[in-house]
Amino acid sequence: MKAFTVHRGLVGPMDRANVDTDMIIPKQFLKSIKRSGFGPNLFDELRYHDEGQPGADCSQRPIKADFPLNLPRYQGASILLARKNFGCGSSREHAPWALEDYGFNALIAPSYADIFYNNCFKNGLLPVNLSEEQVETLFQEMAEKEGYQLSIDLPSQTVTTDSGHVFHFELDEFRKECLLNGLDEIGLTLKEADAIKQYETQRAQQHPWVFGAIK
Amino acid sequence: MTGRTLYDKLWDSHLVKQNTDGSSLIYIDRHVLHEVTSPQAFEGLRLAGRRPWRLDTNIATPDHNISTDKSERAAGVAGMVDEVSRIQVQTLDDNCDFYGIKEFKINEMGQGIVHVMGPELGATMPGMTVVCGDSHTATHGALACLAHGIGTSEVEHVLATQCLVAKKMKNMRVTVNGQLGTGVTPKDVVLAIIGKIGTAGGNEHAIEFAGSVFRDMSIEGRMTVCNMAIEAGARVGMVAVDQKTIDYCEGRQFVPKGEMFQRAASYWQTLVSDADAVFDTEVVLHGDEIAPQVTWGTSPEMVAPVTASVPTLAEQPSEEKRKGLARALEYMGLEGGQSIQSIAVDRVFIGSCTNSRIEDMRAAAAVAKGRSVASTVKQVLVVPGSQMVKAQAEAEGLHEIFIAAGMDWREPGCSMCLAMNADKLGAGEHCASTSNRNFEGRQGNGGRTHLMSPAMAAAAAVAGHIVDVRTLMGENH
Repeated sequence: MKAFTVHRGLVGPMDRANVDTDMIIPKQFLKSIKRSGFGPNLFDELRYHDEGQPGADCSQRPIKADFPLNLPRYQGASILLARKNFGCGSSREHAPWALEDYGFNALIAPSYADIFYNNCFKNGLLPVNLSEEQVETLFQEMAEKEGYQLSIDLPSQTVTTDSGHVFHFELDEFRKECLLNGLDEIGLTLKEADAIKQYETQRAQQHPWVFGAIK
Repeated sequence: MTGRTLYDKLWDSHLVKQNTDGSSLIYIDRHVLHEVTSPQAFEGLRLAGRRPWRLDTNIATPDHNISTDKSERAAGVAGMVDEVSRIQVQTLDDNCDFYGIKEFKINEMGQGIVHVMGPELGATMPGMTVVCGDSHTATHGALACLAHGIGTSEVEHVLATQCLVAKKMKNMRVTVNGQLGTGVTPKDVVLAIIGKIGTAGGNEHAIEFAGSVFRDMSIEGRMTVCNMAIEAGARVGMVAVDQKTIDYCEGRQFVPKGEMFQRAASYWQTLVSDADAVFDTEVVLHGDEIAPQVTWGTSPEMVAPVTASVPTLAEQPSEEKRKGLARALEYMGLEGGQSIQSIAVDRVFIGSCTNSRIEDMRAAAAVAKGRSVASTVKQVLVVPGSQMVKAQAEAEGLHEIFIAAGMDWREPGCSMCLAMNADKLGAGEHCASTSNRNFEGRQGNGGRTHLMSPAMAAAAAVAGHIVDVRTLMGENH
């Protein structure tokens, strides 16, 4: 997995609460058996006038000019500034895949839906939690300044603005370690193979019906 | 020592290792797979040169993007018209065949929506940890399982290690006391709960549903409630074991028999929260106060009793709420203050992992019997949740009631809940739907979803607009 340490980049907005995963990547794109190529269809229904189809070329499609991420000033954004409960709805990992493929390295919001939050870390995408007031401050600064950039430092868990704010954010230690080092989580778990086997032996004695039923 | 909640007990019994960084390694008993969220996981497994840790834990079936049309289904996978979908279903078949994973294929008895199939086959049993690459996996919590949705990376993780790295959630108890009135169903209860706590109300929590309303409820009804825990933000929803749970499991295909069943059942009886267990968050509702519910907006928390009106901008407490409401009303093509029952419907969908079990079919048929679909309604899809539900419904003659009323009786699958197949809404169309999400575009680009119970959806089909099903039941309201 891709590691994340520090990142400085252009900020783009998604100024509404409860953005769901159907909005992030609509269902027709879930038919793909690949992990990549979802970027052009990120926020598809909000971005384009027509209905997107999997595999179709998006470069000639009519875009909704007033959708913020379509504005020239936000082209090349790598940090998405969003509102509370971002990523609610389905478990589709296609949502972080699409955000990452579009070019986002980090998200900033007051809160995230649980499954989406978890999925981000598996893909080198850092979801930063700040308070509603701090997020509001960033929205205001972004509105006032074209080319607005932020610096995110994972080791020190801070978001720094050019105006001098330093906002601290919290995240779980194990998630931080995996992201900082780009660790293969499956490889790490397989190092515990003996503990897993020991658990299975003990459990098979206690609850034997859990094993062997499906064949 | 204080007592433990049901969630605490399920967590403790699956703990392989507690790490010093606050994470834990949790053992997974049952892994359910479908075509949409598994191909990349199998590919990852292959690229890393790994194999499934255990085979007898996995159970697979195609459901999300298969056709529900009888003639298209008759030709199996090869007959799937949508080439991209066909490749995805074929990929599931190929992966299951290659690794030796038990799969119920497209037209095989046993196939169905993952969360209908698992419990009805007895593949999910009380006390298990159950995961699936689908957020509605909480459904299985109706059998006192610790069940939740996972992403594709975790599907690969479970395939390779039979474990997940997890952090323990907080405990929430939602108690609904009293009794439900006539015409009020489990769907109305869970929509009322979401209306009360909001779509983020359960974030970071595992919810246990408790109280007389859930004790009185069938196992199928409890599945409807647990299914929508995620719509309240909680990955996990559960109901404690009682005699109904044990009776439901007995005799199902993958459930042990004889002495082993007795041994399992005596363990299952311990799967209740202790009387002195402490919950981090408590929510209480009164069953007698719950009316049939209908969503009017673009989030499941935008819900109201069928007797109410669409909220107005003036009633909103904050600018943020006003903005959200204005956006939802514009998308839905509704006016603030308009009565819910004045909303005309273009299509009706009865199905999904929330409401496609036999008692849902019976409830819809009871309303449809001797009535006809309104002439203004373009289509009514009735989609049983599984081959077993379909067979049972046909044995009871329910399909004939639906067909006589002018409804389409379809083949099992997820269908118009998420519109990955040909079953979808046109732009601007209103749908009375028994599914779980009313997000923008969920049932088709520009489509407008109103979530409700199967009885309410059938009533809307015959009336041509949203209507209080109780008025059709001869009640005076």
